[in-house]
Amino acid sequence: MTGVARNRVLDWIKTNLFSSPFNIVLTFLLLFVATKLLWNFLDWAVLRAVWGGDAETCRHGAGGACWAYVRDKARYVLFGHYPYEQQWRPQLFVAIFFLLSLLTQFKRFWSKYLTAAWVVLPLGAAGLMWGGFFGLTHVEMEEWGGLPLTLALAFLGISASYPIGIVLALARRSEMPVIRALSVIYIEVIRGVPLISMLFMAAVMFPLFLPEGITISKVVRAQVAIIMFASAYMAEVVRGGLQSLAKGQYEAADAIGLSYTKKMVFVVLPQALKAVIAPTVNTFIGLFKDTSLVFIISLSDLMFTTQASLQDADWLGFTVEGYIFAAFVYFVFCYFISFSSSRLEKELKV
Amino acid sequence: MRIFIAVAALVFAAMSITAYAGKTLDAIKKRGRVRCGVSNGLPGFSSPDSKGKWKGLDVDVCRAFAAAVFGDSKKIDVVGLSAQQRFTALQSGEVDVLTRNTTHTLSRDTALGLNFAPVNYYDGQGFLVRKALGVKNARGLNGASICVIQGTTNERNLSDYFRKHKMKYKPVVMENNNELFKAFMAGRCDVFSTDASGLAAQRSKTKKPSELVILPDIISKEPLAPAVRHGDDEWLDIVKWTVYAMIAAEEMGITSRNVKRMKKSSDPDVQRLLGVIKGNGKAIGLTETWAYNIIKQVGNYGESFERNVGKNTPLKLARGLNGLWTTGKNGLMYAPPLK
Repeated sequence: MTGVARNRVLDWIKTNLFSSPFNIVLTFLLLFVATKLLWNFLDWAVLRAVWGGDAETCRHGAGGACWAYVRDKARYVLFGHYPYEQQWRPQLFVAIFFLLSLLTQFKRFWSKYLTAAWVVLPLGAAGLMWGGFFGLTHVEMEEWGGLPLTLALAFLGISASYPIGIVLALARRSEMPVIRALSVIYIEVIRGVPLISMLFMAAVMFPLFLPEGITISKVVRAQVAIIMFASAYMAEVVRGGLQSLAKGQYEAADAIGLSYTKKMVFVVLPQALKAVIAPTVNTFIGLFKDTSLVFIISLSDLMFTTQASLQDADWLGFTVEGYIFAAFVYFVFCYFISFSSSRLEKELKV
Repeated sequence: MRIFIAVAALVFAAMSITAYAGKTLDAIKKRGRVRCGVSNGLPGFSSPDSKGKWKGLDVDVCRAFAAAVFGDSKKIDVVGLSAQQRFTALQSGEVDVLTRNTTHTLSRDTALGLNFAPVNYYDGQGFLVRKALGVKNARGLNGASICVIQGTTNERNLSDYFRKHKMKYKPVVMENNNELFKAFMAGRCDVFSTDASGLAAQRSKTKKPSELVILPDIISKEPLAPAVRHGDDEWLDIVKWTVYAMIAAEEMGITSRNVKRMKKSSDPDVQRLLGVIKGNGKAIGLTETWAYNIIKQVGNYGESFERNVGKNTPLKLARGLNGLWTTGKNGLMYAPPLK
């Protein structure tokens, strides 16, 4: 560190942390509290933690975290009830998603091939999990669980609700009164109802309306509910983008005689969608976390497997460790989404 | 657009049309698996192990159904159900049978349209105390402070019981089960009270479970039994007699280990149960080896009990009400003659 830089740091500390007696006290107080909290956590999570063995080892350990629990249960939490010996299939599924997301980070890979890959590969991966060909055993959708289910619910939810949301937003700003009214009613009704109640409708009420003997997979019912829910929110985000656009853009497009479709596709939407990347990603992240609500209707997503793993009679009482692990997994994915969006904003120079 | 088509394709692929017209057994045979609804996770009754396999007392009953119908206890689909979902799932045909720690009550048996099989676990509210307290039974709890969860039937059972026996107690109520147990461990109350199986689960979380005792008294009735839909007597028969066969096997001393040898037994009751003397299988609409397969692959009731909730498991539950009627203690497990 050069002398100038050191001076600058000292200056910053002086002006921001020690500018008055009150601030000095406050700084030390906060420093003390923060260190204490951090130390307590480290003490629990690292120093006194138990890293291997079984529940008894943990109970008679130094009273720290029981990571042995996470070690034993991680595979169940991540891949749920998918047959244990066949779990390379969901592992491959997650790997494919990871690889695609990674490639999409870099603009030089953007091409129609990548778009095609985003359609073909997830479908192929889903087919792999479904099985029933090339000697792969068929695995019922009800047995899919853990991370792949969470990812699939979120991915399909996002990729279906985005276009539906755009259509709804355009409909809401349409000059045709019936279309506009339908869109407004849909958006307001869905936004007025909590996601939980929609999931309950899908899981508990809906089967009673079907004729006896016909069952639609619970996974599909929940997925449709999530898409319906997310679309309404997405519509309002897109509408925000449409409103932010200067009126001149619409008028200019009209003036050169573009049709409605061309006006929207080539002039309005590219600008409007670009303007609302941040709130769009906000909705995506919300949706990703909302998928955890499906545990209430007993779909074995990440949240469900976490909770179920806590009920194993051999491993009772490690609730905190279980939830920390689940929180960590959710954080990794949500942070990845938000990181990608800030890269995207830079690439598109918003 | 391609995404839309993909979604539509998935929806269609996932739509499975199963035709059953009151004939649950036909549907099960066509599907090749028995579908059981279990609890999302209840220690000892149904919970997934580290490999994602469901295990527990309730899951064992489900395996027994598969052993009876297919001769293969592995042919089950286990569906985790929440308390709110369980009855709809059964009524809509999503599951063939509920083996989900469901209490047999009049209203469920009638108005809800369920039929109950014999009880496979007699639960009920009990008391957990420190061994050091020296209390031997619930009558010794006069004047004790008791931790109990707020707004549950447990709270009401407690006040009823103490009023009936003209005893006094000091309730310590909280909403959250885990916090309540922490309060008990910290000495805020002398006694912790909830359903006995729940007491055992909480006890197993402590450092030294042997320092806590569950008193033998049970002050409420929670008979947990498998349930099926109204209107399919054939399937109800199978469910019913599967549970009975497991109890009868224990009564006759037949276990998964000695079942092969027992085939040579000269006892006509044993011969009938194991299908050496034919007739039972035909009557119930299954193969003659149905009960043999249950015992061979799942075990008798006592084996299942000990494996999942018994003395050598973390739950360490005593047989108590769930013992055989023949033991002379207060066991209630009794199977009608299988002939």
